[in-house]
Formats: sequence, C-alpha cells, structure tokens
Amino acid sequence: MGLKKILDKWKPTFSEGGKLSAFGSLYDAAETFFFVPNETAKVRGAQIHDAIDSKRSIFFVVIALIPAILFGMYNIGLQHSIYTGACAPDACPCADIWGNFLYGLGVILPKIVVSYAVGLGIEVAIAQWKKEEVHEGFFVTGILIPLIVPVNCPLWILALATAFAVIFAKEVFGGTGMNIFNPALVTRAFLFFAYPSMMSGDKVWVNGNYIDCINGAPAVDAVSAATPLGQLAAGDPVTASPMDTIIGTIPGSIGETSVIAILIGAVILVWANIASWKIMLSTFVGGALMAYFLRYDGAQNFEWWEQLTVGGFCFGAVFMATDPVTSPRTEGGKWIFGFLIGAMAIIIRVLNPGYPEGMMLAILLMNVFAPLIDYFFVQANINKRAKRAKK
Amino acid sequence: MANVIKLKKGLDINLKGKATAKVSAADVSKVYGLVPDAFWGMKPKVVVKEGDEVKAGDALFVNKLHPEMKFVSPVAGKVTLVERGDRRKVLSVQVEAAANQQYVDFGKKQVNSLNAEQVKAALLESGLFGFIIQRPYAVVANPDDQPKAIFVSAFSDMPLAADTNVVLKGHEGNFQAGIDALGKIAKVYLGLQPGSVVANTKNATVTEFRGKCPAGNVGVQINHIDPINKGEVVWTLGAEEVVFIGKLFNEGKVDLTRTIAVAGSEIKEPQYKQVLVGAKIGDIVAGNVKTEQKVRLIDGNPLTGMKTNEDAFLLAHSTEVTAIPEGDNADELFGWIAPRFKNFSVSRSYFSWLQPKSKEYVLDARVKGGHRHMIFSGEYDSVFPMDIYPEQLVKAIIAGDIDRMEALGIYEVAPEDFAVAEFVDSSKVELQRIVREGLDMLRKENE
Repeated sequence: MGLKKILDKWKPTFSEGGKLSAFGSLYDAAETFFFVPNETAKVRGAQIHDAIDSKRSIFFVVIALIPAILFGMYNIGLQHSIYTGACAPDACPCADIWGNFLYGLGVILPKIVVSYAVGLGIEVAIAQWKKEEVHEGFFVTGILIPLIVPVNCPLWILALATAFAVIFAKEVFGGTGMNIFNPALVTRAFLFFAYPSMMSGDKVWVNGNYIDCINGAPAVDAVSAATPLGQLAAGDPVTASPMDTIIGTIPGSIGETSVIAILIGAVILVWANIASWKIMLSTFVGGALMAYFLRYDGAQNFEWWEQLTVGGFCFGAVFMATDPVTSPRTEGGKWIFGFLIGAMAIIIRVLNPGYPEGMMLAILLMNVFAPLIDYFFVQANINKRAKRAKK
Repeated sequence: MANVIKLKKGLDINLKGKATAKVSAADVSKVYGLVPDAFWGMKPKVVVKEGDEVKAGDALFVNKLHPEMKFVSPVAGKVTLVERGDRRKVLSVQVEAAANQQYVDFGKKQVNSLNAEQVKAALLESGLFGFIIQRPYAVVANPDDQPKAIFVSAFSDMPLAADTNVVLKGHEGNFQAGIDALGKIAKVYLGLQPGSVVANTKNATVTEFRGKCPAGNVGVQINHIDPINKGEVVWTLGAEEVVFIGKLFNEGKVDLTRTIAVAGSEIKEPQYKQVLVGAKIGDIVAGNVKTEQKVRLIDGNPLTGMKTNEDAFLLAHSTEVTAIPEGDNADELFGWIAPRFKNFSVSRSYFSWLQPKSKEYVLDARVKGGHRHMIFSGEYDSVFPMDIYPEQLVKAIIAGDIDRMEALGIYEVAPEDFAVAEFVDSSKVELQRIVREGLDMLRKENE
C-alpha cells in the first residue's frame, strides 16, 4: 500500500533522534488517523479485542452533531435574510435555502477553523511535551465550541476562550478522560463572564454582515433580535411559535436552535451506545417537572413544555450533559445527574433575573457534583460488603 | 432440581473454529515440561537434578513455603533440563518421556473412609493440591487454611473454550469421587450449565447458571452463591482437576491427561485432543495450523489465555489451545469511520449487531485502538455480572489504594473475571494485568 510506505519512510525522521522529532506526536496523530494501529495484544491478558476504540466513538459524536451544524448554517443565513428584508419573518421556510445555507457556511467555517486550530495546536504541543499520543477528545470539543456561541462572537475572543478551556479545564487535569468540567462549556462560561456583551443581550444573535462575525458585534448598526429566553427574562410575550422553536428558525447560539436536528443527533448517539440515554431522559424529565411547577402565566404566551424547546436545553441535554468524562460513572448516578441538570437549568432560567439561560451553569454545577453522586452509589456497595462481612 | 441463577450482564463472543466433538490422542511429545508460573503465587524449589529418573507422579519441584506441597511429573522418564531465566527463576522443569510409562503408586483408597486431613495429605503428596486456587488473591491454595467452601465450575463459556460435557464424558465416576473427596475438606458448590453431564453429582450443592460469558467463571458463581468476605478463604477447582483427584483415589495414580480443545480460526481441523499437562504445544497442534498468514498460538482461550509458541509447554490449568491470526500487518485504513463489516463489536457503530447471533467471527490479536484513560463509562459494568463496581476497583488498584481495593471487593475477583471487560474496553486498558498486580500487591501487604 502506497500510503503506508510513505508513512513508514517518514517514521524515522519523526521518531526520537530524527530531524523532525519535535513533531513526533503530529506524525503519530496522522498515522493513527489513516491506519488502525497494528499493535497486538501482549503475552498475558485478553488476546482479542473489540473493534471499538475511543477514536471511533468520538467521531460518532461529531457525526451526531452534523444535523445541528447544517441547520445552524441555514439558520444563520435565514436570520440574516430576515434582517436584510430578503425574507419576511413569517415566510419560513425562506425561498432561498441554498443562499441562506451558504451565507451561514461562510460565517461558521472561520469559527470552526479557529476553534480546531487553537485547540488542536495546544493539544499537540502538550502531547509532544509529555511524549504522549495526541488524544482525539478535542475533535468533539472543537466542534461544540462554535455551536454554543452567538453568531457574532468575534474570532479572537473565541480563540482566547478555547485556549483557556483546553489548558485550564482539560490539560491541567491530565487531558482527555481526566477533566472535571466539560471543556466546551468552560469555553462558553469564560466568554459569558469575561465578555458578557458578546454573549447575551439582543444584539449578538443575528449576523448583519461577515465583518461582524470576525471583528465582533455589536457593530455600529448592530442587529437587534431577541431570543425567546431573552423575551421571557424581560417579561415580554414570546414571539416565536412552538413550531418555530422546534424547527429552530429562531435567533440563538449557532447549534442550539433546532430541536429536530438535535434529536436526530440524540438518536444516533443512543443507537450507537455512545451517550447515555439515561442522562438524556432524566434531564428532560427533570426539566419538564420543574418547568411545570415554575410555569409562566398566560400573558407571556408560553406553555410550560416550551421551556424544553428553547435555548440550549436540548443541545445541553443531548451533547453536553452526556459527556462521559464529566458525568457520573455509575448507572444509578446518571439518573440523578440528569434530573438535577434539567431541574436546575429551569430554576436558573425562571428564578434568577440575571441569567436568561441556565443550561450551561446547570451542567457545570452538576459536573462538580458528579463525583459526589458516584460516591454515594459506590459507598452503598462498600457498606453492603462491610455489613455482609460483619455477619 | 438444582437452583437456577440467571445472569443478565455479559457478552458471548462467537469465534470461528470451535472444536468439533471428535476426540483423539495427540502425538506423544518427546519432552514434557512443567511450568511453575502456571501455579501463580508459589515459589518453586526444584527437588530433582538433571539426569534423574522419575516416574509419573514423582515430585519435580515443591512449594518453598510449604515443602509438603509437591508438583509432580506428568510422565515417567529422565529429567533433561531445569530451565532458568533471569535471577535464576525456574521457567520449566523438563522430562524426556520414557518408552514405558510407570506411575508412582499412591494406593487406591475408599474416599468415604478418609477424613479431611487424609484427603489433604494425599492431595499434597500427589501434586494435585497445587491445582487448587484460592480466593482471595487467585493464587495456589495454602494447605494450612480451612476454606469456607470449595467451588467448582463445570463449564466455561469463554470463546472457543473446551465444552466440559465433552471433557467429562466417561469420567463421571471419577468426577463424583473427586467431589466426594473435596467434600471431606469443606462444603462443595458445583456450578453448571443447562444440560451438563454431571448434573446428577451428589455431595455438592448444585447451581445452574444461565447467562452470557463470563457466567462460567467460578468467581462470578461465588459472587452469586456465597460471596467472599474479608478474612474468608474459598478454594476453586476446574472440572477436569476434580477428575484427576477422583482418579487418584479410585486408581491410586496421578494421571494428568486432559481432553483439551484445539480450536480457532487458524486451526485446520478444530477438535479435542487427549494430552498430558506439560506436552509441547507444537506436538498438540502438529500439522493442524493454517499457514496462509502469521498465527498467534494461545495457551488457553483468547480472552484469558496466554500467548505461546510451538516450543512452549501446555500450562497446568489450560483446557484449550487456540490459534488466531496475529494481524500485525493488517494496515487497516480509516478504522475510526470505515464500516468494517467483518469486525465484531458491542458498539452499534459497527454492524455486527445486525448479524445473526450464529455468525462466527475471525478476530486477530490486534488491540485495535490507542491506549487511553477510561473515557466512556458503563462499558465494564455491562459485562461484569458481579455485585462489584469494576471501574472503581480498577482505579483503586491503579492508585495503589489498598483500603479502597478491599472495600470495593478485590478479595472476590480474579484477573479472568475482567477478561470480557478488557475485551470491550474502548480505552484498551490492560485490566487483567492491573487486577493481577493489585492482587499480588495486596497479598504482599497482608502476608
């Protein structure tokens, strides 16, 4: 095989002592990207292994995100068209689907490139420093980050936040598999608290022109568009219909608006056994219960169950809460974890006047509690064993 | 009617090349070797010299800590080599088989007339005691202990494992005698699969297990019948070793003839062979290994076995020899996204879930992925049918936290109980090695 020969030929150059050994981890990454490692089992231990590896599992999460990404591109264009008047707000779907999509593609692509370039650059450098293989975890984080920021988030801030998250939320803990907080959400939290004007309000959700999304809004003639959550927080009636919020043709962070696109992703994740259906389900149950108890009066034109369709609730429940590293490791713990995320997200939304959206904070908060939840389940097992021994 | 315990967790791996019920005698090896490492946890003291003549049943080495515990030659002949490795570690004691096989006469005994001490003494003298494995620590049993119970699993559901019904057929009498003898020492529990040929065994508490691999693991069975607590000791034995014991009392001799499965996708005619413990692997598989690609020979089954080669000797506890492709030149492209229809996986990102259960797979020896920290949760748990948190236990071992290992139930496990978890692990952690190290660490600490 030609490719294999080329890789083999370059191997000594990148190995310890070779001219380009400083890029050894990059070479390893390329090699394992193309080929399944030929490493065979040791003398002792299982001699055969399941074909699944972390690379495949993690890329399946990226695949599951594709519907949300594609819809996000379309929606960016759509919101832009509505703003420019090319498309009437209530004439959805807008006639020029391809035009909208391409516009969105042009806006989101730089964000994806920046996120991957910064994050992977840091990961490769650290892997090289630690003389380890580059782990693939960032492939998910790197695509999640552009999806959970407003469209007008400037690239330099995105780069800064990504670097912060990769270094301080992940690598200082030991890299993929060792982190306490979901790195993508730490990125968002960093932006949220360091650059609040870029992350909330009415001026960040619709892209007026390409330049805004490079330099950052609000530009001089910033576009004003409120998300349903923004309207709720302000005490205004919600203008988007339930159908709009389920399809996703509303202003919001890039990947979070379409319930349908996210649920397609959820089906892929659950079907492939990659994300925990227990966490997803219990998040929705917790959110629904709390939304029912804390429902708005009729004046805001908003049914309790619509809470689950707006903002980042679905996206968080499906792609963020189910991060296996930062969620509980015990099966029982997953139920509690999800339930509390759902409930907490709605509590923050409804009861806290400062934050219209609560999903990010709810998940980060429960990330902290995940080890504690596990502790109770594991301790119950330990106590049972100790009790048995005393008899 | 036996108790029935149904287990939900586990995974059956259906590999190609299962042994057919044909049983034949293997070629007689010129040289047999007894490997001390197969009796884990024992320090050997060699009691023969090169050139000594031995009968089948004469001690080759003894346990340094319990010199009364002998490990005996499977054949009569001349000791040709005491093979030593680094720091003079004994790797094997080799005996060139004589033309006429003579057995040491241990004397026929009526099991019913013996007491526990007499049974123990007979087992120690004849070298069969060394086949008993104790828990905690999964090491050779200590004759000074009084075990809480003795557990025998009369089936293995590991991939390509020998079918105990084939192995025990015709040996039911000796099996019963062996159980009777063990019953003198402690209460005996027998774990069976449905339709076992030894279902009518007396003097043992019989439990039938239904479920997926590793339901046949004695550790899983203990966990469901009478879990081990701190301070307790149980002994475990394989079904065929019970036959050895029965034969010792019924016939007065040590006959270490096993009926092992020779199986796997790279075996031309998968079948059963009658061989002595310590036979050369090369003689067992002679002319029966495919040569189209590089083959990995395994002493044991592909989940718990050990890589071996044609010059090595059959280990004492092995009930099968298997052969799979090595696969180290596979160069498979884009494994992270290609459909890879021929692969087997518990993950539905592959298509093996669409295949009928009867489909047999050819799996090679590749690890099939990079080594990672544990990323995905619940993987071990889904194939670990014991009331133990496997992931937390393994993490405690990695951290060297002895108190936590104890609290999480390390006394109840053996490395083999983690074999299926090691198979499904997407982070490719070497669980059996880690558990072995944890058990050895704890044993050193406690003794």
